[in-house]
Amino acid sequence: MAHKFAELGHPIQLAARQSKTLGAEKTNLQLRYGVPVTLHEFDALLTETHAQFLAMLPELPEIAVSIVGLMGSQEGSERDHLLASCVMRSNYEGPANILALLANRFEERGSGTLVGVSSVAGERGRATNYVYGSAKAGFTAFLSGLRNRLAKRGVHVVTVLPGYVATKMTEGINLPARLTAQPSEVAEGIVVAVKRKKDVIYVRPVWRLIMLIIRLIPEGLFKGIRM
Amino acid sequence: MKLSGWGRFPVVDAQVYVPRDVEALQELVASKPSVIARGCGRAYGDSAINSSATIDMRRLNRMLGFDPKTGQLIAEAGVVLCDIIAAFLPRGWFPMVTPGTKFVTLGGMIAADVHGKNHRRHGSFRGCVDWIEVMGADGSIQRCSRESHVELFEHTLGGMGLTGIILRAAVRLRAVETGWIRQTTIPAPNLRSAMTALERAQDSTYSVAWIDCLGTGENLGRSLVFLGDHASAPDLPIHRSLHPFATPAKRKLSVPFNFPCFALNRFSLRTFNSLYYRVGAWNRGQQLVDWDSYFYPLDAVADWHRIYGRKGLAQFQCALPLSGSEEGLSALLQAVAKASAGSFLAVLKRFGPQESRISFPMEGYSLALDFPITAKISDLLANLDRITIEHGGRFYLAKDSRMSAETLRASDDRVGSFVRMRAESGWKTSFQSAQAERLVL
Repeated sequence: MAHKFAELGHPIQLAARQSKTLGAEKTNLQLRYGVPVTLHEFDALLTETHAQFLAMLPELPEIAVSIVGLMGSQEGSERDHLLASCVMRSNYEGPANILALLANRFEERGSGTLVGVSSVAGERGRATNYVYGSAKAGFTAFLSGLRNRLAKRGVHVVTVLPGYVATKMTEGINLPARLTAQPSEVAEGIVVAVKRKKDVIYVRPVWRLIMLIIRLIPEGLFKGIRM
Repeated sequence: MKLSGWGRFPVVDAQVYVPRDVEALQELVASKPSVIARGCGRAYGDSAINSSATIDMRRLNRMLGFDPKTGQLIAEAGVVLCDIIAAFLPRGWFPMVTPGTKFVTLGGMIAADVHGKNHRRHGSFRGCVDWIEVMGADGSIQRCSRESHVELFEHTLGGMGLTGIILRAAVRLRAVETGWIRQTTIPAPNLRSAMTALERAQDSTYSVAWIDCLGTGENLGRSLVFLGDHASAPDLPIHRSLHPFATPAKRKLSVPFNFPCFALNRFSLRTFNSLYYRVGAWNRGQQLVDWDSYFYPLDAVADWHRIYGRKGLAQFQCALPLSGSEEGLSALLQAVAKASAGSFLAVLKRFGPQESRISFPMEGYSLALDFPITAKISDLLANLDRITIEHGGRFYLAKDSRMSAETLRASDDRVGSFVRMRAESGWKTSFQSAQAERLVL
């Protein structure tokens, strides 16, 4: 993601936990694209620190991309309410909180783009993945509301529903190749969406169709299907 | 998954792993019976295939440091040459040695110890490598160079990944003033005049000849000789000198499907080759050419190997010592012309001196040919092997997909010590490719 924006000449602020371990990535981005790169310690779950985090940034960014997520195992979440809560907070409360704070500052300034990476899992609750899915559903609704609120204030909000992506989170899961995007495809999709001010993007177009069908199945029928 | 080299022959069913960090790589090396590292898959044959564990290194691709005083770049092995050029040419740096495609990884260039059109002047890729970090069978990482762990350094250059996993390296780039090449085209009606032109070209940084393989009799070895030097700032016309590293964006072509086997025949090739020669002869003399067109003309056509059809292509590249060159080259070209086997063009280069344990180049001439794979082709290739050996030549492992272990040994007396070194160091059991198995390395 950072590579695609850096390639276009944007200065980069990387925010993550253990941001010190990103030193090599920082050098890599600087060498490849000749743009300034700064590292910032950020924990999505420590929502009380978010305001402080923003205050510490050397500069309010023009574009902010939230890529935060925790899949957890559905079975684990069913048994362990602490894990379930962690999944819910990681996928909804944390990212929504930081974007809310950014949104206010962007609104004040009168410009900016917010990108939230949510998930197709939030389009309908499924037995195999509903804890994660419900949090993503909340995040998707939050982004939609935010976009609606800021539409006339010069701030644009992009919702990204990537479908399957070949990342560490999905490693070891046997995913169908045609439905699975590479991380660089997601990044490319986001760059285009930001440029063209798109609202909701699915990275591989086939997911729009799949999710349309899944949403249209009547609940009575849906509850009998294991998927 | 089904894996093959750029020649798309042979195709092997192989397990591919894509580690994201050094720890994941260490785990793979420790847990698999044997592994081989793979970069962009641009070696033509089975050099970067291990059916039980092929390790795709392209995610380990960070640039780690650059010293603008010396031009030294430190990077992970999965960094691709085109990214190095994209990052550093605008700042006035270009690879010291480059192969004919920019879609190769740093690790791959070291493993094959690649050469370019400037071998005579600057030697193989080895010359710009300051040090290499190699992961051994036990997961430990050793930094080797001309001063420390010398044997590991020397065997890793040209060792086709059979000495461990190349992880990181420091390589020096060349300072250039522009992104342009001053190219001189010399039409040569036959082999002797092509060789004379190359011999006289000792002051040019780059030199290469494209031979029309279908020429026979007095046309045997008819070629275009291309000489080149990096253009300096005053060489550029005014409108270019303001942005000396900007070159025109090229239209991307691609070959969307496999050509049918009859598409390449004696007549289509003859037409293509004579047209190529005429156009080249028309453009004789000096021209300014952008770096991409000069060094990587085939990269402009994505998947060009599909022209050779579904069955794939076989590359043949040999190096002949200076003394046996003229006789050997004309015997090779005669054999090719007689078989009418349809190589588009052959590439002839003059190699300078080279000292190395297992790298391909030797002082003399190198000839590269490609052929569509057909029923008759193996006889011709065996014939070319024999001629090469008779004239004291040897073969490029990065191009090979079908040689026998005996042929390799007959052509290169360094193989014995390489194999011994592999056995003694424990590399033999841990680092193994389909090619190494075939060639009993």
